Amino acid sequence: MAKQNIRIQKTNIKLSGSERKELKVSAIENGTVIDHIPPQSVFQVIRILGLDNIPNQIMIGTNLDSQKFGKKGIIKVSNKYFESEEINKIALVAPSATLIVIKDYTVVYKAKVEIPDNIKKIVKCINPNCITNHENIPTKFIVIDKADLQLQCHYCEKITKKEVMNFI
Amino acid sequence: MKNKSLVSIHDITKDDYEKILNLAEKFEANPRQKILDNFVVATLFFEPSTRTRLSFESAASQLGARVIGFSDASTSSVKKGESLKDTILTVSNYSDVIIMRHPREGSARYASEVSPVPVINAGDGANQHPTQCLLDLYSIRKTQKSLENLHIAFIGDLKYGRTVHSLVIALTHYNTTFHLVSPVELKLPSSVKRFIKEKNLEYHQYTELEEVIPKVDILYMTRIQQERFADSLDYERVKNAYILKNKMLENAKKNLRVLHPLPRVNEITEDVDSNPKAYYFNQAKNGVFVRQAILATILGVNISN
Repeated sequence: MAKQNIRIQKTNIKLSGSERKELKVSAIENGTVIDHIPPQSVFQVIRILGLDNIPNQIMIGTNLDSQKFGKKGIIKVSNKYFESEEINKIALVAPSATLIVIKDYTVVYKAKVEIPDNIKKIVKCINPNCITNHENIPTKFIVIDKADLQLQCHYCEKITKKEVMNFI
Repeated sequence: MKNKSLVSIHDITKDDYEKILNLAEKFEANPRQKILDNFVVATLFFEPSTRTRLSFESAASQLGARVIGFSDASTSSVKKGESLKDTILTVSNYSDVIIMRHPREGSARYASEVSPVPVINAGDGANQHPTQCLLDLYSIRKTQKSLENLHIAFIGDLKYGRTVHSLVIALTHYNTTFHLVSPVELKLPSSVKRFIKEKNLEYHQYTELEEVIPKVDILYMTRIQQERFADSLDYERVKNAYILKNKMLENAKKNLRVLHPLPRVNEITEDVDSNPKAYYFNQAKNGVFVRQAILATILGVNISN
C-alpha cells in the first residue's frame, strides 16, 4: 500500500498537471503511455499495434476527460518500448496522440506522434491489381498529403486515401 | 541512365528524354549497327502484347543482341506458381537486361528492386509504359521540329489511358497547351491535371471532337473501351462521337499529325490512312529507334557517329 502511494506521488511530480485524471487507470513503472488518442481510434490502435497478442500488462482508458480534446483515450503498456515503425502506425490512426516513454516512473521522452514521409509494411494498397496484393511484397508508400492523409504506392503509384485505408 | 532500370516516366528528367530522343535520331539514320552483339536481352511478357514485344525484339535484334524470353505467362514457370521474384532472379542470370510486361501494376518497380540487371518496363497493368511515352515524344518532335509551345489534343478515354497520362505529364516540360476531348465519364483525372496546373499551363476540355481539330498541331487519338461504361447505353451514346474521318481533317493546320498508340479499332476510319497527316504507323516505326536508344543507354554502349 505504501509502495503504491509512492508511485502516485512520484508520477505526479514527473508528469504534467493534467495527469491526475489518467491515474484513474494507474501509473506504470516502465513502459509506454499513448495519450490523447481520439476515443474512436483506441481499439484501432490496440489492433494495429497487436496489443491483444502480447503478454505485457496493458491499461486502457477511453472517453476520459481531456482539456485539449474534450474526450480522449489512453493506453499504458508496461515494459514495452515501441519501434519507430510501430509509432508510425499510431500516427496514421491517431495523429493527435502523444507518446510518453516511462522509465522508473519518470518520463524520459514525450512527443506528439508524427506522420512520417514514408510508410512501410503497415498499410495495404487500395489498388486490387497492385503487385503487393498478389505477391509476398512488403508495401511502401510515399505520404503525399499529411493533413488529409494520402499515401501514394511506391509500386503501382495509385493513391490510398484515409477513408479507405486498411492496415496489414 | 547506364545500368539503371526504366520503370516510370517519373524516374527520368527532361534532360534524359532529350538524350534518348537525340540518340534515337542516330539510330533512325542507321538502325543496323552490331553494337549489342555481346549482349543478351530477355523479354518477359507475362501477358501477351505482340506489338510491343516485336518492337523491342526488333530493336534488340537489329543491334545484334540475342533475345530470349517468353511471350505469354501460360508457357512459362509462372503457370506452375513461381513468384515474380524467383522468375526475375533466375532470368537475370541469363541476360544483361530484362524487358518486362506484366498485368499487375507495380510489378516492374518490384522487379527492378530485386533484379541485379536493369529492368525496362514494357507496361505494368494500367500504370506505366515509359517507352511508349518516349516514342510519342519522339514522333511529336520529329513531325513538329520541336516539342516546345505546341497545341496538343488528346481524344477518347483520358481517364484510364495510361499512355495519355504519361504523355501529358511528360509534355508539361514543354509549355504545351492541352486540348482534352472526352466524354464526361472519361475526363482526365485530377491527379494528372495537377501536373498541368503546377506548371501553370493552359488546358481546355471539350466533349466534341470537330471543334478542336483546326486548333491543334497533334491529334492524339485513343480507343474508348466499352468495358469502361457501367451502362451500355452510355457507351452507345459516345462511341461514335470520337471517330476521326478523313473529311474532318479538311480544316486542320498543315502541320497537324494524327497519332495513336495502336491498336486501332474503329476510332480512325481507314480513309485517314492515306492522308499525309496520318502518322500512327510511322509512330510505331519510331518505337524501334527509341527502344534502341533506351537499350544502348541502359547497357552503356556508345555508338560511333
